[in-house]
Amino acid sequence: MEQTTLTVAELNARIKGLIDADPMLGNVCVKGELSNYKVYPSGHHYFTLKDAESSLRCVMFRSSASKLRFRPESGMGVTAVGRVSVFPRDGAYQLYCTNLIPSGMGDLYVAYEQLKARLMQEGLFDREHKRPLPQYPARIAVITSSAGAAVRDIIRVLGKRWPASEVVLLPVRVQGAEAPAEIVGAIRYANRYHVADLIITGRGGGSIEDLWAFNDERVARAIYDSQLPVISAVGHEPDVTISDFVADLRAATPSNAAELAVPNEADIREMLRSYEIRMSQAMRKQLADRRARLEDLAGRKALTSPIAYLDLKRVELDFVRNRLASASDAYLSAHKHAFAKTAVALDAMSPLKVLARGYSVATGQDGAVIKSAQDVSVGDPVRLQLASGALRCVVESKEENHGTRETVL
Amino acid sequence: MEQEKLSFEAAMQRLDGIVKRLERGDVALEESLSLFEEGSRLLASCNQMLDAAEQKVIMLKKGSDGAPVELPFDTEEI
Repeated sequence: MEQTTLTVAELNARIKGLIDADPMLGNVCVKGELSNYKVYPSGHHYFTLKDAESSLRCVMFRSSASKLRFRPESGMGVTAVGRVSVFPRDGAYQLYCTNLIPSGMGDLYVAYEQLKARLMQEGLFDREHKRPLPQYPARIAVITSSAGAAVRDIIRVLGKRWPASEVVLLPVRVQGAEAPAEIVGAIRYANRYHVADLIITGRGGGSIEDLWAFNDERVARAIYDSQLPVISAVGHEPDVTISDFVADLRAATPSNAAELAVPNEADIREMLRSYEIRMSQAMRKQLADRRARLEDLAGRKALTSPIAYLDLKRVELDFVRNRLASASDAYLSAHKHAFAKTAVALDAMSPLKVLARGYSVATGQDGAVIKSAQDVSVGDPVRLQLASGALRCVVESKEENHGTRETVL
Repeated sequence: MEQEKLSFEAAMQRLDGIVKRLERGDVALEESLSLFEEGSRLLASCNQMLDAAEQKVIMLKKGSDGAPVELPFDTEEI
């Protein structure tokens, strides 16, 4: 078998892991006698819990110790509530105590702590199970005595803060043996008929026995099972019942439950006013933005003054027209010169000018110019165009190929 | 108006949404105008609901068929 060597720290960590994993040790009630009780300057309490055979080291931190309603002393018989864990530095396990109940206080405290430990372990107090409360409940079911101060307080505060919500009272007995069953019945009934959006259940202050119905396991489970959110409002500020832990919200008193259940009308009026202001501001801002954009657009020439725009275009047009005119003038003058030259050349070549120099043009019967003697026959009529006037003649004879003479005869 | 049928909670939620959208400013003018109108109507109906609110207290009793029966609850002494 292979032997593993651990460091002391490793071993203690392993033991701590084992103990911390045990759910029973995570929440225990231990009966014993206090001994060696010391309060340190830090406010933490250190003591040993012992009986005839054994002893247990305990520590109670200041946060828990400050809630004790009595002064623990060595020699006192108590039930200690808490969890067991290992303090690795000393390799010692101890009880991290959250509450001490003097033995003389009776079994109710012990029963309370035991039930609380059990339900907590079962998950009835889990944050994840808590339902959110409606923001503006239209109907509120109040499950309490119809005769007590609690119902009056709740109705008065609800009416003052948020008269828009309707109060539905489900009267039950809140103390005595019948109370838990009645409270459970009312919670279930409210759910079955969905008589409201929210339940407030509780009662005014009293002794631990008076408040006992709200430490009843059946009531705790009914609250846990309720689909409607539940506000628990039992007794005065320091009284904490099992119902308070299971409920979706714990109120310190019945009046406080009413305050938590509904908004304050004045606040909501204020909120509506602020919505109104914000809405108008947003709208005004949007319109201002749009106006600014419009003005920016309008700032452009074409939109401010169509006349100015036209004037501008007119000037532009004029300019273009001007350029066109001067361009065509330049073209024309450039070509006029060439034209004049051509005209002079043309003029020089004019047949009229040639005729003026003494030449004449002969044309035949068909009007075609006669360029060769071969073009005519003897006896043909010929027309001679002179510089001035014309002659009609008849061909008497022909001299072809320079000097060869041909006559009619 | 359909707004009247909204619960107070729904009306407040819608209002909140409208105000936030208008404040983001990324809606077309036409739409912001209609949002603004809807918001104004919601504001009016919420205020009206509050103005008209008068606390009503009833006591429930289980009827013979099990269904709840509403009884008046005297709150005069409060």
